[in-house]
Amino acid sequence: MDSLLNQDRPPVFCPGCAHERVVAALDQTFQGMGLRGEQIAIVSDIGCSGLFDTFFNTHAFHGLHGRALTYATGIKMARPDLHVVVTMGDGGLGIGGAHLLSTCRRNIDLTLLVLNNFNYGMTGGQCSSTTPQNAQVGSGFLNRLEKPMDVCRVAGAAGAAYTARASAYEKDLSDTLATAIRYDGFALVDIWGVCPGRYTKRNKLSPKTIATTLEGLPPTDHFRKENTREEYGRAYRHEAADLPPAPPPQGIETLHPPVTETRQEVVFLGSAGQRIVTAGELLCLAGASAGLQASQKNDYPITVLRGHSVSEVILSKKAIGYTGIQQPSVVIALAAEGVTRRKKMLANLTEDALVIRAEGIAIPSCRATVVTVDFKAAGIREPDWALAALATLANRNTALSSAMLQTALDIRFSGKVYDLATAVVGKASA
Amino acid sequence: MALTLMEGNEAIAWGARAAGCRFFAGYPITPATTIYNAMLRLLPPEGGICMQGEDEIASIGFCLGASMAGWKTMTATSGPGISLYSEQISFAIGSEIPLVIVDVQRLGPSTGSATKGADGDIQFLQWGNSGGLPVIVLAPVDIRDCIVLTMQAFNLAETYRCPVFLAANKEISMTRETVDLDAIALPDIINRRQADPVQQFLPFGTSGERLTPDFLPIGGNRAVRQTSSTHGPDGYITADPELIARNQDRLQRKITSQADRFVFSEYDAAAGAETLIITYGVTARAAKTAAEALRDTGTPVSLLVLKTLWPVPEDLLREKAAAYSRVVVVEMNLGQYVREIQRVLSDRDIRFLGQMDGELIKPRQIEEVVHHG
Repeated sequence: MDSLLNQDRPPVFCPGCAHERVVAALDQTFQGMGLRGEQIAIVSDIGCSGLFDTFFNTHAFHGLHGRALTYATGIKMARPDLHVVVTMGDGGLGIGGAHLLSTCRRNIDLTLLVLNNFNYGMTGGQCSSTTPQNAQVGSGFLNRLEKPMDVCRVAGAAGAAYTARASAYEKDLSDTLATAIRYDGFALVDIWGVCPGRYTKRNKLSPKTIATTLEGLPPTDHFRKENTREEYGRAYRHEAADLPPAPPPQGIETLHPPVTETRQEVVFLGSAGQRIVTAGELLCLAGASAGLQASQKNDYPITVLRGHSVSEVILSKKAIGYTGIQQPSVVIALAAEGVTRRKKMLANLTEDALVIRAEGIAIPSCRATVVTVDFKAAGIREPDWALAALATLANRNTALSSAMLQTALDIRFSGKVYDLATAVVGKASA
Repeated sequence: MALTLMEGNEAIAWGARAAGCRFFAGYPITPATTIYNAMLRLLPPEGGICMQGEDEIASIGFCLGASMAGWKTMTATSGPGISLYSEQISFAIGSEIPLVIVDVQRLGPSTGSATKGADGDIQFLQWGNSGGLPVIVLAPVDIRDCIVLTMQAFNLAETYRCPVFLAANKEISMTRETVDLDAIALPDIINRRQADPVQQFLPFGTSGERLTPDFLPIGGNRAVRQTSSTHGPDGYITADPELIARNQDRLQRKITSQADRFVFSEYDAAAGAETLIITYGVTARAAKTAAEALRDTGTPVSLLVLKTLWPVPEDLLREKAAAYSRVVVVEMNLGQYVREIQRVLSDRDIRFLGQMDGELIKPRQIEEVVHHG
């Protein structure tokens, strides 16, 4: 196979830079694997390692610092057959730490080459996430305060199966890279080299010391055993193949006459866990079954099983503009948390309004007709009060009819839940 | 007629699917999460991809990669996520990567209130990128818009190879509403123009009157370059001021010179009206209700609802406002888009009603401004 090096754009690294050796080794790897340029995408980010994509006649994606793994993931998911090689420096490693950890956890078939030269070359030799504490770098004393990280051990702990350390100067570097590219999953090679433009101006580092230091580092082979599993993209496609297609949105035919021609504004005042939002949805479905336009606007805090839950439903023959409540026709008061949120609204209710109040829930005095229901005495559990209140309304033929409520239940529920809901409506109507 | 009950976010997801979206990546955030939930139900069973990134930066990064691999992609978030998207948005603008970004706005600043609505990102969406190039922002009012404008957003992203924002709001996205789906006229689907596979390919090259480069995917049978660096037509870094200037000018003009082709709006004129209400997003609904009430009580007012916010539809504004002595601008923030209206209609009497307390602006407040403002 021919070299994939871009003859028009030879490497522009400082004389003696280790990166240039990696460029040559990577080209040998591609040739040895018999790959054509269009079978490979080189994804790079910022810094000297970010120049890699320009030296090869392959697909290339050069993006923002530390984010190369994010683009590579999108490319690989969309093009599973492509060999995606990511180059990052020790700078990109630090800035994109979260992406590194997640890529290890995913085990997506990308090959990450970390061009580790222990400092930020382009910006003046500042410390990076791999700078030794005793090094002299462009960040004054700051690197003395931060422990450098061992990329391979971090990656292994995060779930990477294939991690390897290499020196840019070792003879069989292209074989190491080929093994990494062939690996069916995420593969990371931490490639150590010198940065003559910055780092080795003030620090002693040679191919020999690199080799000696690498030999002394703890092994990472055991990660292979611990973390080997199915490649992410293939696992994703396996899972997805078994999923049923999403049912299309359901249209509701007009089956019933509405109980009134007047616009209805119904407010549920409850607390989390009372299934307020579901009751509001049922009322909308009931309205739609009578050919009415419906809207449901909910108000609840960020907490899940605590706090207020308020649902505002409008049923109208005409198109609904403003979705807020202007003049409630019905208020369903089921919990103090909800009532507290709408005290002013309750106090301003007109004589035409109806309040369904759960026994024991205090409300401000108002002009509306107040009907108190003892749901508990009727054997209805608190999470079902909102549904029971709808049944109470349907019995009075206010806002909805029993037939409308029944259709809503038919649409919304099935199986056991349907039976339970029907039982609640039965109890509330008894 | 059958009515379907849908949440705004669900409608956005169905609109995306109808437009041909096959890749979605997002990070859960209220009030945008239900878009992600819906895409997770819709895409994987059909061979599409829905991913949850480790953060917002990763999510949009996945989308940029997949888009350059040739797939139609979308991401969705809220204000805090848009902030994290920022440098990737600049990348998508400068390197012409088609992408739909949904911002389900919530009350800011910062993490603000997750479950309260606002339209506080309207200037941020245009100017939250480095370089300050124009973007396209569409603003839905109801479920119909959530479907149709999402499809239009994809069409525009594909046509102009750019990110397109859908500026939604918690009060549209998380509100359920009935809609007659059969009555909605869906736009035709547009796909990005592919380059001639035989001709020489320049990833950012344009010829003749065209201002948008033709596309070939990363992973296709010809090697393609993409780069976030300042580049020439060949996708390699350039320092040539003339080449740089030409490219910047093209990036600007490819949006602004075509802006009159994608002005979405609704105009409701009332005979004898002296006041024109201009608004957008969920506030348009209160304005419609207010306009009806005002007309019923003998004060005719006209209403202009903008659905394309950026680029500012300047000709439309001038044309529609010409007949009115007074303009009332209403928006769910402390005065963002009104600046654009003041700039374009500098000779008009412009009144402003804004609010930023997590509550919808009420029809009565708008009526009050029309009567006494």
